[in-house]
Amino acid sequence: MFNAAEMSEIPLTSSVSKGCFVFKSASKKRKRHVGVGDDENGSDRFRICQKLWETVQTNTEVIQDQLNKKVLDSLAEFIKKHGLGCSSDNWRQRARETPTAALMLGVNVPDHAMTFRSLCNLLQDSVTPFVVSVHAKECAAVKLLIQKVLEQLMGRGVSVDEEQEDDTALLQRTQCTISALCQWYKTVTKSLPVVVIFKDFEAFNSQVLQDFILICSRYTQELPFIFIFGIATSPSAIQHRLPHSVSSLLCIEVFHSLSCTQHLASVFDKLILNSQFPFKLSSRVIQVLVGIFLYHDFSVQNFVKGLQFSMLEHFKSQPLSMLCCQKQEALLSAKTLSKKNVERIRHLPSFMRYVETQEPQEQVQLLTNDEHVKEVCQQLLKNLHKYHKNYYPILQCLHSLTSSLPKFPLGKHIRELHVSCIEKNLWETEEYDSALQLLRILAKDELVAALRKCAEILKSTKILQNVLQQLEDFIGRLEALEGVSSEDSSGNGIISGKMEYQRTDLFQLQKTLLEKESRRTKRMNPFEVLRSQVIEFIDSLVREYLTPAELQPLNEVCYYNSSGVLRQRLNVTPRTSIQAALSHPFYYLQNESLKTDAGTISSAAPDLCIVYKLHLECGRLINLYDWLEAFLTVMSAAEDQDTNSEECGKYDSLKHARFIQAVSEMEFLGFIKSTKQKTDHVARLTWGGC
Amino acid sequence: MVSTPLSKWKLAAITSAPCGAYMNYAEGLMASNIPTSPQETAVDFQEMGLQDKLLRKPTNQSITRMSVTLQCPGYPEDTLRSLAERLPCRETQLATLLALMGQPDQYSYPSVFIYGHRATGKSHVVLSIMKDLELPHASVDCVECVSSGLLFHQVLSAFFGPDAAALLPRCPSLSDFVRLYKQMSSNSPATQTRYIILDRAERMRDMDFSLLPALLRLQELVNDNVTVILLSEIVWEKFRPNTGCFEPLLFHFPDYSKAELVQILSWDHHPSYTPELYASYINILLGVFFSVCRDLRELRHLAVLNFSKFCEPLEKGEAKESDIHKLWKNIEPHLQRAMQTVYLREVSSVQWEQQQMDEKEATTLRVLSAHAHIELPYYSKFLLIAAYLASFNPARTDRRFFLKSHGKIRKTNFLKKHEKTSNHLLGPKPFPLDRLMAIFYSVVDSRVAPTASIFSQISSLVTLQLLSQVGHDDQLDSPKYKCSVSLDFILAISRTVGFDVVKYLYDFL
Repeated sequence: MFNAAEMSEIPLTSSVSKGCFVFKSASKKRKRHVGVGDDENGSDRFRICQKLWETVQTNTEVIQDQLNKKVLDSLAEFIKKHGLGCSSDNWRQRARETPTAALMLGVNVPDHAMTFRSLCNLLQDSVTPFVVSVHAKECAAVKLLIQKVLEQLMGRGVSVDEEQEDDTALLQRTQCTISALCQWYKTVTKSLPVVVIFKDFEAFNSQVLQDFILICSRYTQELPFIFIFGIATSPSAIQHRLPHSVSSLLCIEVFHSLSCTQHLASVFDKLILNSQFPFKLSSRVIQVLVGIFLYHDFSVQNFVKGLQFSMLEHFKSQPLSMLCCQKQEALLSAKTLSKKNVERIRHLPSFMRYVETQEPQEQVQLLTNDEHVKEVCQQLLKNLHKYHKNYYPILQCLHSLTSSLPKFPLGKHIRELHVSCIEKNLWETEEYDSALQLLRILAKDELVAALRKCAEILKSTKILQNVLQQLEDFIGRLEALEGVSSEDSSGNGIISGKMEYQRTDLFQLQKTLLEKESRRTKRMNPFEVLRSQVIEFIDSLVREYLTPAELQPLNEVCYYNSSGVLRQRLNVTPRTSIQAALSHPFYYLQNESLKTDAGTISSAAPDLCIVYKLHLECGRLINLYDWLEAFLTVMSAAEDQDTNSEECGKYDSLKHARFIQAVSEMEFLGFIKSTKQKTDHVARLTWGGC
Repeated sequence: MVSTPLSKWKLAAITSAPCGAYMNYAEGLMASNIPTSPQETAVDFQEMGLQDKLLRKPTNQSITRMSVTLQCPGYPEDTLRSLAERLPCRETQLATLLALMGQPDQYSYPSVFIYGHRATGKSHVVLSIMKDLELPHASVDCVECVSSGLLFHQVLSAFFGPDAAALLPRCPSLSDFVRLYKQMSSNSPATQTRYIILDRAERMRDMDFSLLPALLRLQELVNDNVTVILLSEIVWEKFRPNTGCFEPLLFHFPDYSKAELVQILSWDHHPSYTPELYASYINILLGVFFSVCRDLRELRHLAVLNFSKFCEPLEKGEAKESDIHKLWKNIEPHLQRAMQTVYLREVSSVQWEQQQMDEKEATTLRVLSAHAHIELPYYSKFLLIAAYLASFNPARTDRRFFLKSHGKIRKTNFLKKHEKTSNHLLGPKPFPLDRLMAIFYSVVDSRVAPTASIFSQISSLVTLQLLSQVGHDDQLDSPKYKCSVSLDFILAISRTVGFDVVKYLYDFL
């Protein structure tokens, strides 16, 4: 991942984020001198990156807490209610029902850990200290499940396996049973409920669960158990796992956590559609990350990891990323740019494009005078920040206008709009045209409501005051239109009424009707005029503020855009790489002698590669002897060139051994396996030829 | 069935169960208390022990309104009477059990096997006898005994105190238990018969195979006055080890009849209403639920849950206690709804109560099975669809569905006879991973790289139990799976991705 060279430069500060980068001291020395020679500003970049990552982390945690607050609070409420109420409603005790909360968490299992952690903390802080959380993996049998529960509650080792030799003879040997837990609970005497959280309900063996519930229900009078099932699929999973005789012992209530797509949307809002956050992703990178989320895992955590990875990649690979920080800081570092970095700025494509638009004199200045570049750079950075500041509110406005349109021409989510805005000129796309068409036929109240929303968004940001002014002006005019429009339509009615009394000539009638038709299309009522003005205004805003980021000079400083690297790293294809390694050994080994044309088998390649290529030519079953012959032919082809002896064709034991080893390596890699169908054959496990 | 040791024990049991011990069924009819002759008892007893069916006869003749007196020498009479009162509709069983047990100091039959459906009062009757008559007993629930050691531990500590149990070595064997028991009982020989009650005895079959036969003749092994009572929901035939064992006395607890259920349920009537009203309520309740549920515990739970709704018109003053019809009209639809929701635990009892309090019929609670929808990542959906197709289509038909130029193949001609029956009736069939991936690549519309996350999605589908892995050998190169979701589910999933799954299913061709 991140090249540790830059990181080891930093003296350990208190601000180092927790648990993300662990470096062994042994590797430190080796990397230090590499770092110094490479880039004197690596440390700065690392510091900026660390700081940014910390904000990402805190932000995501805050978002998670906010989103989960409601469901966690209601869960805590549920447990409180049942914890207190257990003595009062006697009858339920008679029925031996254990209160159970079914917590729906969605299929993104990796994200659940955080939710459960905060749930545990919340319960332990505010409801009861007796909270146990168990994982299906550790509980393959009832015995182990009970042991886990006892261990976590009583805080010491419990002997489960009696064969296990324990040195804790001094420690009172506790039987691993719920009755032992009962005894312990009586000594604690706090009469608080015992909460058992089953983190991954689906993965539990249903027999284990049934037995555990049966056992616990025997003790409900003495031990007020409350279960929480973390369910990834749907509540009916409970009924699939548990028979009626067991589920009748539970008093189940369902709690829903927020869906992962909503979670992603809020993370996206907070981290990517935020001008305060200097690090930006290009459209391709966003597409890769969102694609992984939507197509593969639904995991917000993985999305944030992807963001972290692209941050690390960006700061590692782009030396100018030292300018990717808050405005003041960036201006400061722009003033003190090193010579190398000025040169790098000159080579930025966006800067070159900028230079080309300038006057010839200015061009010369920019290409020769370092100080001048620094000054221009500051100005450009200011512009870039301003661009971002204006961009997001307008984006939100446009989204709020178009998100209610039928069929969502510009996308349902703001992220889709964002991607198409930063990718290309939005106003040149068909989707934008159709969206504007739809906006042009909005009714008045809809239009006013949409504009109001936009005004709200602009108000909250406190910039673009002139735009806000104009918007409010439009709203005012639209509202003032009320009386005028009705008057106008009645006037029309009178005119048409008059016409009816004229002589009925067919030709005449046709003519008048056509005339009327044409007049109607030409003349617009004041509302329509105003509406088209509003649309014009919005269009002008879009053209002014929602320009693609790529056109901004110095955008490379903030935008990470190597989506290929990201895809390669995050969405790995192990089989493709194995096949690439075997069929093109040069790709990984970088040895000139291994370069071959496609379709030929070079004898210089490793044995495994030769064997692999030969096996591609075979069908489902491979005759080992034929394979060996082919292998020897390839080997001897090389020897033929230098020694033209009669030995060729005969195989010695060394080659034989090499062949056998290569074949067993193939078997280890999973390309072939032995078969019982024919004695001297192996079966191919992949299909397709070379 | 009668083997030599058995007849020996029968004699012992008969001598220990003198004439008066056996309940007099005809008593109510004859209106006099004539003690049965010892011969009759012996005959009855033999038949009862060996063929429990006979027992049902007196039960069915039944005893609903019969006042019963129990006579059993050696036990205080008033305790027996209160016991009989507390166990309504189980007088026959109670009397038979007492007869079996005989006087406290007499040897009893070594092992008794009591069976009957859920909530027929097996453990309740046995434990009530033990507790009220203060007999030495050890009650063990076999579900709890994850190892036989725990069972031994519980038995020993119940009879001889925890100190004795602590003497058990780690991972005690059966012989350790017998040795220790012998040692302890020689110090404190049984003055009364000791009883070991094993609830949910069917779990014993999963434990050590020698445990059950040994416990059945524990009396012989430890040479002490001890009787093992096994309680189970399934019949003895399912227990009998194939190596043969000592046959316990079989004793059946029949289901409660409707009249008996009414009698028992009417017991916990509400103090502020008359017992008659409650009885009529129970009658209505049973009218709805009796056809689906005879579980006393469950019925009792439902009775308590819905009683407040039943009383509602009374409290409002809309009806009097005598307006049974009006009350019935009020409660009947409510009970019907309860049958569909609370009884199936689709709605928790607390939510049900709250709903009753809220009085808003419109706010229908969202039941558990209503949220069947599952959000899945895009490719997981297609993997699931591919898995479903692979599970329910014969492999030979893949060519027809997934090859572009498959030619005209008629459904009837090219399939074998057994494949003509609906695959959906036969259930999912296992398929190898290769086939799943091949179908996946042909149904998914875009080109998908075979990334690691595609394969990890398969395994997460397995943990979510939407797919299940079949067979455990050869997991490395050709794992096999089955799709375990329903047609409705897959239809819903494929609708979200715009894929017409029915077109690809062989059954719907």
